[in-house]
Formats: sequence, C-alpha cells, structure tokens
Amino acid sequence: METILDPTDEAVPVSRQITPRTGPVSGVLGLMDIRKPRGNILLDELERLLAERLPDLDVRRYAKPTFTKPCPEPLRAQIRDECDYLVEALAD
Amino acid sequence: MDARPAFELKSTEGGTRSFPAGRPALICFAKEDCETCNLVAPLLQALHEAFGDAANIWVVGQSGDGNTVFRDRHGLTLPLLDDADLATSFAWDFEAVPALYWCPDGATAETHMEGFVREEWQGLATTLSQTLGQGRVPVDWAALPAWRPGCASKHLDPDLNDRLRAAAENSPIRARRITIAPADDVAEFMFDQGFSDGLPLVPPTPERVLRMLSGTQRDPQEVIALMPPNMGEATIEKIAINAVMAGCRPDYLPVVLAAIEAICTDAFNIHGVMATTMGASPVLVVNGPIRERIGMNMGLMALGSGNRANATIGRAVRLAVRNIGGSRPGGTDRSTLGSPMKFTMCFAEWEERSLWAPLHVERGFAKDESVVTVFAMTSGPVQIVDQESRAPDELAGSLGLGLEGMFLPKYHNMPVDSLLVVCPEHVDTLMRDGLYEKDRLRDRIQAVTTRPLRAMLADDTSGAGMTREAAAGLSPEQLDRPVPKFASPDNIHLVVAGSDAGKVSSAYHGWVTGAMGSQAVSQKIEDMF
Repeated sequence: METILDPTDEAVPVSRQITPRTGPVSGVLGLMDIRKPRGNILLDELERLLAERLPDLDVRRYAKPTFTKPCPEPLRAQIRDECDYLVEALAD
Repeated sequence: MDARPAFELKSTEGGTRSFPAGRPALICFAKEDCETCNLVAPLLQALHEAFGDAANIWVVGQSGDGNTVFRDRHGLTLPLLDDADLATSFAWDFEAVPALYWCPDGATAETHMEGFVREEWQGLATTLSQTLGQGRVPVDWAALPAWRPGCASKHLDPDLNDRLRAAAENSPIRARRITIAPADDVAEFMFDQGFSDGLPLVPPTPERVLRMLSGTQRDPQEVIALMPPNMGEATIEKIAINAVMAGCRPDYLPVVLAAIEAICTDAFNIHGVMATTMGASPVLVVNGPIRERIGMNMGLMALGSGNRANATIGRAVRLAVRNIGGSRPGGTDRSTLGSPMKFTMCFAEWEERSLWAPLHVERGFAKDESVVTVFAMTSGPVQIVDQESRAPDELAGSLGLGLEGMFLPKYHNMPVDSLLVVCPEHVDTLMRDGLYEKDRLRDRIQAVTTRPLRAMLADDTSGAGMTREAAAGLSPEQLDRPVPKFASPDNIHLVVAGSDAGKVSSAYHGWVTGAMGSQAVSQKIEDMF
C-alpha cells in the first residue's frame, strides 16, 4: 500500500444543474468580449439577434482589458452584481 | 519528564496492551539484533518475575517478526509488544535501544536509561524493590559487564524517520493523502490521474516531500502565488510535491520557488503564456552562486539533456502550472503545436566566460546574489551558425541575421523579446579586440536587420505583413522608411552558455512582450547557505 500526496490545488468543481426553463427570458444579459480581434463583431450580431427575438431582455456589454490575462476581479464582481446571465464570446 | 505518550500495541502473546494502564510501568524498547538488548533481556524477565504482580514490565519490540525470535531466544514470558511500524518509538523520542523508562505513577517517567550501565540497572532494581515492596531480584550483577553501549534505535533510520515524521501529528504535511491499492501500479495511477506531462513521475510520498521541504526554510503552508487559470493556491508544500514528481533534489527547491513567484506575477502573465496558440513556455535562466552549488549545466549541452538540475527545475515549474494552476493541453493550454520547452527549459549562464556583466547584474542584482530570470518564449533554441567570421562586427552581423527569422523574416519593428545565447567561441570572436559591449551588439543586430518598410508588405510571395490596402495609402518616402527587426534594442536579451568548442549560438523567440503580453521577470533565490 503506497501513499502519495495530491499535487493539485484540491479544488473540487461545484456540480451545477441546468436551471429549469421557465419560458420567457427576461432580466439582464451580459455580453462579454474577451478582446480577441473581431470578437466585437460577433457580439454585435448576437446582440442584434437577441434584441429581435427577446425584446424584454436588457443586454449589457462588457470587455476584458486584454484577452491575454484573467478577468480582473472587480469586473467579475460587477458582472455578478448586474447580470442574470452572461455570454462570453471570442472570435479569432 | 512529561507524561509519556499513550499507546496501544499488539502483544506477541495475543491481545493488545495499553499505556497508561493505571499501574506502575517499566517499559523497555528493544530490537532483536541489538547485542545490548540481548544482554538485558534476562534482566527484564527477572524484573517481570519479581515485580510483575505489582507493575507492568513490558518490552516494546522494534523487530516485527524478529520479536518472537527475541522472545523465544530468552524464554520471555513478559508481555512483548509489537512496534513494527515504529510509531510508538518515534513518539517516545529516544536515540538508542535498550531504552528503558520507569513510570512509578503509571504515566510519567521518573527514570530513563539508554544502553546498559550496570550500576544504573542495579539501582533501578533496588528502587523497584523499595517502591513495589517485593523481594530482591535474583541477578548475579557481578557477572555482567560494567557498561555496554546501545544500538541506534530503528526509528532513526533516515528513510524510516522521514516516513514517521510525515505521519506524526505535528507533521508539516497538509496535502490530501492518496492511498494506492497494492494491486494498482503507482506510476500508472499517476498517469491516469492526469498528474503527468507525459513522462514518468517520481511518486510524491510523504517522506520524499518532507525531504524536499528540507530544501527551504519557508513555511510549507505559505501561499506564494495564486496560479491561473484556476487561481490555485501555490503553497510551498504543493510546489514541493510537484518538485518531487519532477525529480528535483531538495537543494533545487529554492530555484523552483523563485521561478514560480516570477511566472505568477502580472508582468509575466503565466495565464496568457500558457493559453496562447503560439505555444509559449517559460524559459528559466539561473545566475549567481547557486549554479555551482546545485551542479547546474552552463557548458556543453547547457540547453539540452543530461543534467538533473537543469532538467528537473524546469519540469517542476511546468508540472506545478499543470497541477496547481490547472493549465492543461486542450483545457486552457491551446497551443497549436507546442514545443519540447513545454516539458522543461532551464539553464545557467556561464557568467565567467565573458567580459559582459551577467544577466542578473544587468537587471539590477548583485553579482553574488542567486537569481532566476523567466522569459516567455515560443520557440527555440534556434541555432545560429557562423564558422567563418573572425572580426567582431562580422560575427555580430551574423547573430543579427540569425535573429531576423523570428516569427517570419519579413516581420519587423516587433515588440517581442528574444533571448540570444552566445556560445564561448562566438564570445571570443566578439571580444577579440577587447570588450564588445552588449549594447553595441544590440545596435549591430538592429542595424543589420533594418529593411525599408516596403519589404514588409503583403505580396504574391507571402501574404503576411502590411496589407495592400494600407500600403496603398503610403508615400514612397514612407515606404522607404528603415525598420529594424525589434521595436527596441531592449527586446534583445543576451547570455553566455555552451561548450568551448563550436561556433554555434542559439536564440529563443519570444511571445507578445509588454503590458498585454509577457515581460521577463527576475526573482532572487532564497539563500540556504
């Protein structure tokens, strides 16, 4: 019987269920641009389609300062406080 | 003396015996192959026969199966307890066997003796008689030697002691312990768990990790970085575990720790370095006295295989990023191709082989400080061969032309670092007429790689470069503007390494440099000497 020590950070991902579908979609949706080139074009088009199909949705735009670094903690907190949903997207 | 640690041990006669037991106790630790233990065995049996009704006279055996051999050899009827895993010996913390403790209150040792001193044992027998009110012990003391040394207790065997320290209550180990079933192969298990970079790992047993931790004076639970993408807490202990797996020696650990502190800065940006499709990886350059102390290679094959320190320090850093940070190929590591540097890339600078100030001194450290500098590099080492140049400027020109291929030869004005490793023979050529300053070499590289802007336009040969539309808006004078390879001479980093034979230098090509990419970071290494 050999014992070894766990080399990982031992973080156990939280298991999440898909929220029950309630029918109409309303509230605040965040669209997050990670700042890869042309990601804004993809998100512009997505925002246009959402406005057409889900007029009750309040869409807000966010962007990371740079795609090369993790999202700053204040921005994470802002999105968490302001949004019901978030779509993070990139194009390349 | 404080109360002795409690124990519950199996007896060779069956059942278990517990200490303290609420009655006077004489406990003697012994091992079967110790000559002095064999000398005192009949004495202990005599004490048991004389005082066994009033006190627990027990031998704690360290020899496993040898305990019964010891018992039968001396016809012992006293309880002989099995401490084969040595946990009780470790907890009682003595140096030599026989180690004898007399606890008249059943818990606290009034007398502690190691080895055999006849007068002391005889005095103890007298004490027992007086305390327990029994008769004299039938021992011919005069026939016994005056003194015999004991043997080193088995729990002090270095390998066993590390295991015992790791398992003890005050062990610094906090990481989750994973027990692998005997039927499982530990090497295969570690592959299956995703701990590996693809090569075999040294199993990070608690005793190996404890030994690794002896390489630093820092608190094992100190968090030295939050490592992306999972922002995992990189404790000294977790890094030590990965260093064991990589094959490091404990004296390499301070270099690994400093490198991890460096790559986890915002300036270095390990997240972006790992995530880019360009296959970037940290390249570690070590300077200062630690190079010699831990036997790093800065000469022949410095950038290649064969040296344990070079190979395993770089690997430990990469494994830590994988396991603590959670950056894995196909996860957030999105390299299109990657490179062998994703396994390891670490070497030392041969500071003494040139007239130049070494890298760490250029970067503001004292020469006698040990420092690791980390660079984010996407490719390399790329050989630059020049066997013919004999004049300093000729060779410097060749080194420049060798660097022009970085990313794509037509790309210029690049805000991208390069790390040029100049080999000793090339150093000799550069220094033929005296010191050839590093800045002179940088300027020469910029000069020989300077091309007119029009050479950087997209064309039928290569669609890369300035678009045809953008170029159409520029005047002929603007298109004639000279553009060097690098946005700044500061993008060119210079070190010396390699064997004395061979006119072959080497270059590493960087990634995006600057605030949005990665900047080289130097970190002082803990001095353990």
